[in-house]
Amino acid sequence: MPEVPRLSVRDIRKSFGAHEVLRGISLEARDGDVISLLGASGSGKSTFLRCINLLEVADSGEVWVDGEQIRMVQKGGKNRPASQKQVDHIRAELGMVFQSFNLWSHMTILQNVIEGPVHVLKRPRAECVEEAHALLKKVGIGDKANAYPAHLSGGQQQRAAIARALAMKPKLMLFDEPTSALDPELVGEVLRVMRALAEEGTTMLVVTHEMGFARNVSNRVAFMREGLVDSMGSPQEMFGAGASPAFRQFIGHFQA
Amino acid sequence: MDIEFLSSTMVTLLKALPVTLALFALSVSIGCVLALVIVWMRVGGNRYLAGFAKGYIFVFRGSPLLIQMFLVFYGLAQFDFIRNGPLWPLLREPFVCAVLSLALCTAGYSAEIFRGGIRSVPPREIEAARAIGMSGFLLVRRIIAPIALRFALPAYSTEVVLMMKSTSLASLVTVWEVTGVAQRLISHTYRTMEVFLCAAVIYLVLNFIVLQAMALLEHFLSRHLRAAPPAAKA
Repeated sequence: MPEVPRLSVRDIRKSFGAHEVLRGISLEARDGDVISLLGASGSGKSTFLRCINLLEVADSGEVWVDGEQIRMVQKGGKNRPASQKQVDHIRAELGMVFQSFNLWSHMTILQNVIEGPVHVLKRPRAECVEEAHALLKKVGIGDKANAYPAHLSGGQQQRAAIARALAMKPKLMLFDEPTSALDPELVGEVLRVMRALAEEGTTMLVVTHEMGFARNVSNRVAFMREGLVDSMGSPQEMFGAGASPAFRQFIGHFQA
Repeated sequence: MDIEFLSSTMVTLLKALPVTLALFALSVSIGCVLALVIVWMRVGGNRYLAGFAKGYIFVFRGSPLLIQMFLVFYGLAQFDFIRNGPLWPLLREPFVCAVLSLALCTAGYSAEIFRGGIRSVPPREIEAARAIGMSGFLLVRRIIAPIALRFALPAYSTEVVLMMKSTSLASLVTVWEVTGVAQRLISHTYRTMEVFLCAAVIYLVLNFIVLQAMALLEHFLSRHLRAAPPAAKA
């Protein structure tokens, strides 16, 4: 029996008004895959990522998480999820890390981390608190449990946000430009955490502009251009001699 | 200055304090619950409910509270189905009419204040909650309401203070609260200045306490905005 992919996305299309942002994207992530999604701004990377957990609803296409398809219906001429309950349950299985952290500002870091497990998964609080402390230690901010987000640097906030996503024990982690809002000197601490996760075998889909991460950490690189996957392959293939001309031109901007 | 008269006036007025406090507490708490219902209708996404809520807010914000109170007190009795209805024993009481009109009015204002609070909740924080699988009432209870409350509190405390003062209107529908008793006292003694000054002092003290309580609540709810204590910073 073939292995069920953690994530399978088929022919996703999405327009904002007359502007077609995604023009048929398909992607599959197997257990332990770390996929970097690269592309110029406006190429649809973030929109694609947000279509996976339905923060944006695609106009057409299929999303399967661990063999379960998100059911969609046509309602009022628009594609909509058939069941909010299913959407909630799928979202709980997908950890999302945002560009601007999006921590809940009125809660301490610890409260941020246990919020999902306690109130969405309805797990015992004491157990969640214990796990949360371990997670915060793992991302290197074990001493910040009782601080509020506003008291932390951007890098610390993003690591807290990663801990919050991990606390749900997700089947797949989605990263939406996790280091783009950070000061350059804070990027490294977040990338180190992500690298450690990748080495543990966490399945990750990462929208990023960090070429080093794409090249050295991910096992697959997808290059998006004008709403389509222009090319996809291992870092060796993508950064090697056989790369597509468009991708070569794209990475040329980073080396300049 | 006639200390003896002032103190005896004070004692008389303070006897009416429980009525003022009851008017205030009942109308603010009922009005708050009603406001939550109205704001839910207003932002819940149903066009008809939102239209009703808009109309409600317009009517109760746009017309004078005193007229609303007169309409409830003198007006309701004209309808036979109310006079013969099961609620008539309640609705013919001036105190109930006063609480009802105060609550209906503050509900309109408070609904708008709460809506402002809800609109101020950062969409990113709502999105983060959706992304971990929250929706519906859970999302409102855990994320939207606590954040909205923090944004709405300063404006809401003003509304609460206004309500304390608005209870004095109940005197005009024959409720013997502080202002009503003050007026009765003046009609007996003709000493307007002293009696009303005493009444004003009572309202000032009450509102001082209310504002202190609100400030304390605000302080407690805004820990996340203050600098970290030195111990937590390390």
